[in-house]
Amino acid sequence: MPTLKGSLGFRAGLLSLLIFAAIVGIWQIATMPAAGSGAAMDPEYAKLVGAAAATGSKSAMPTPADIGSTIWKHLVDPFYVRGSNDKGIGIQLAYSLGRVLLGFGLAALFAIPLGFLIGMSPLVYRALDPFIQILKPVSPLAWMPLALYTIKDSAISSIFVIFICSVWPMLINTAFGVGSVRKEWLNVARTLEVGPFRTAFRVILPAAAPTIMTGMRISIGIAWLVIVAAEMLVGGTGIGYFVWNEWNNLSIANIVTAILLIGLVGLLLDQGLAWAAKLVTYPE
Amino acid sequence: MFKDPFDPRALLGRGCSCGGNHTEADHARLTASTVPSGEEQRWNRVVDAAVLRAVFPVDATRRLFLKIVGASTAMAAISSVLPLGTAREAFAQGGAPEKKDLKVGFIPITCATPIIMAHPMGFYSKHGLNVEVVKTAGWAVIRDKSLAKEYDASHMLSPMPLAISLGVGSNAVPWTMPAIENINGQAITLAMKHKDKRNPKDWKGFKFAVPFDYSMHNYLLRYYVAEAGLDPDKDISIRSVPPPEMVANLRADNIDGFLGPDPFNQRAVFDGVGFIHLLTKELWDGHPCCAFTVSKEFATQNPNSYRALLKAIIDATAYAHKQENRKEIAKAIAPTNYLNQPETVLEQILTGTYADGLGGVKKDPNRIDFDPFPWNQFAIWIMTQMKRWGQLKADVDYAKVAQEVYLATDTAKMMKEMGLTPPDPSKKTIVVMGKAFDPAKPAEYINSFAIKRN
Repeated sequence: MPTLKGSLGFRAGLLSLLIFAAIVGIWQIATMPAAGSGAAMDPEYAKLVGAAAATGSKSAMPTPADIGSTIWKHLVDPFYVRGSNDKGIGIQLAYSLGRVLLGFGLAALFAIPLGFLIGMSPLVYRALDPFIQILKPVSPLAWMPLALYTIKDSAISSIFVIFICSVWPMLINTAFGVGSVRKEWLNVARTLEVGPFRTAFRVILPAAAPTIMTGMRISIGIAWLVIVAAEMLVGGTGIGYFVWNEWNNLSIANIVTAILLIGLVGLLLDQGLAWAAKLVTYPE
Repeated sequence: MFKDPFDPRALLGRGCSCGGNHTEADHARLTASTVPSGEEQRWNRVVDAAVLRAVFPVDATRRLFLKIVGASTAMAAISSVLPLGTAREAFAQGGAPEKKDLKVGFIPITCATPIIMAHPMGFYSKHGLNVEVVKTAGWAVIRDKSLAKEYDASHMLSPMPLAISLGVGSNAVPWTMPAIENINGQAITLAMKHKDKRNPKDWKGFKFAVPFDYSMHNYLLRYYVAEAGLDPDKDISIRSVPPPEMVANLRADNIDGFLGPDPFNQRAVFDGVGFIHLLTKELWDGHPCCAFTVSKEFATQNPNSYRALLKAIIDATAYAHKQENRKEIAKAIAPTNYLNQPETVLEQILTGTYADGLGGVKKDPNRIDFDPFPWNQFAIWIMTQMKRWGQLKADVDYAKVAQEVYLATDTAKMMKEMGLTPPDPSKKTIVVMGKAFDPAKPAEYINSFAIKRN
């Protein structure tokens, strides 16, 4: 029933727009500058402080219009370089993406083969499980000082932190996927006297691929979460540094811009892997 | 500076921007024919002038002597007693820097003004260096990046090189501090709701933030509340918070106040979340705050780069010391690449005409000042406080550590070479909240406090 499906999609889109409009509307009303509440300040004093402080109140959240103009300002000129500490948001995102892909790629190269081996042997799986479970929930911010102290290089440290945080979901999912390949399929392979390598690549890998892809999808999400925290701590370049630098300036409009872009890039990364997962899934 | 000191007509004092004791207008006439062209000859002149100035402290005597015996005889006479050649050679060793491309880390606060402004205003390039100034997220990170040799030199809090050298809070690595950045320039900022609690005796239970455990901020805040009878470890709580978070936390009512670096005190006022209770210069006028530091290893392996870097910093600091340059500096360091702050906030801090957060405009041109000289007395005072609050457990030879870390001799030498007058290193009086400090008796000083940890 394509018409109903189309109309459901249409209605869902309409509802999304409505929710968006409601959020922006409430935000706009909540952040409207209050009419001058405080007593009139000395004009010499008022010149020295921000607009809100001059009327005796705290500076307010920016309005959606402020955010809109800030986003526009960043989008029209994303690749400027005005010195080593001031680069366009496009360049910062590229730095972050580069780090994430490098850390994530290394983690995949490490976790998938290792997970494969672990998954093949229930004994090893059981033995390593406690270590994995303890290391898995550790926050990137906890790894960072240790990495900086031992590696003594902040660029490699941030990549290491991405690696260590994104390695676990892939490792667990690969081991789980490999471990839970149906016994019948393995038995069939054995009956047909298929060699161990051929079994691994032609039977186990295709069967475990969807689970492995799910692990990679979780990992890339975590890697993208981690990079912002790592860059806020280490500084220099990247979207996390951008957020930190604007936090120094207490510029909420710039921070909100960065949040939206971080969300957007995260969505694209996730969708990319979801698309890849579809390629390796087949109907049983 | 490059006049022929053997010319009886020349004056070797100060006055013109070139360092000569004549007016700016006379500069061209007096120096046109006499400044030698080559770099080496120019430096030789500087060395000769320094030696001659030492031999004849009164300029008139030197000129009379030269008139009578003639320049070449005088030179021969002096060379026979003082090896001018060796002096020239020793100085000329300052040749090309071994390492031209340097990385200098900084924290985006006004204390780092000379380190930062030296980049846009060309002080590094003037001394033949290609320096990249790198903004860094916090004191622990700048320490770790410096220890990891990612930075060739860095901006630190003045107690940090002492802590690193002593191995307090990190591995012990010999670290040196050839120049102080700024003196004064910090403040206690309180939340608006404490407008009426201006007496520290009423601060029991307050939560305060300082930028780092090993900071003048921590020691000054502890000193201040302890003088009011509060124990800083029991009656109030003090935690380390990165400066930008201080304003955010004050806004969210998570802390009652902070003793922090500018621009964040003035930023709290600018955003209407706090007021300036007092400037730290009211506690100790002329206290050190931040420092320019390098590892001992860098200084010994790259002596020429080290000299050029130190000269650039001293040069920038001397420029920042002059009140009339402050507005220009505020403009140079305000952009996103450096401090990333509204220009008016920086201008208020640097010029000392500022809004106090309570509706008044205050004027204090010495709110922040820049003075590179690393007095050893500062180091000894800082170590007494480390000891007083239990950060430093072992006994130390205060004077020896101070001398090894705070390189007053190096700074004095560079200042002289640059035509500046270094102060007498022994003449420094430290008075904190009306109480004099005798650097010769650190142990007695610690014992004289009622509230302490040991």
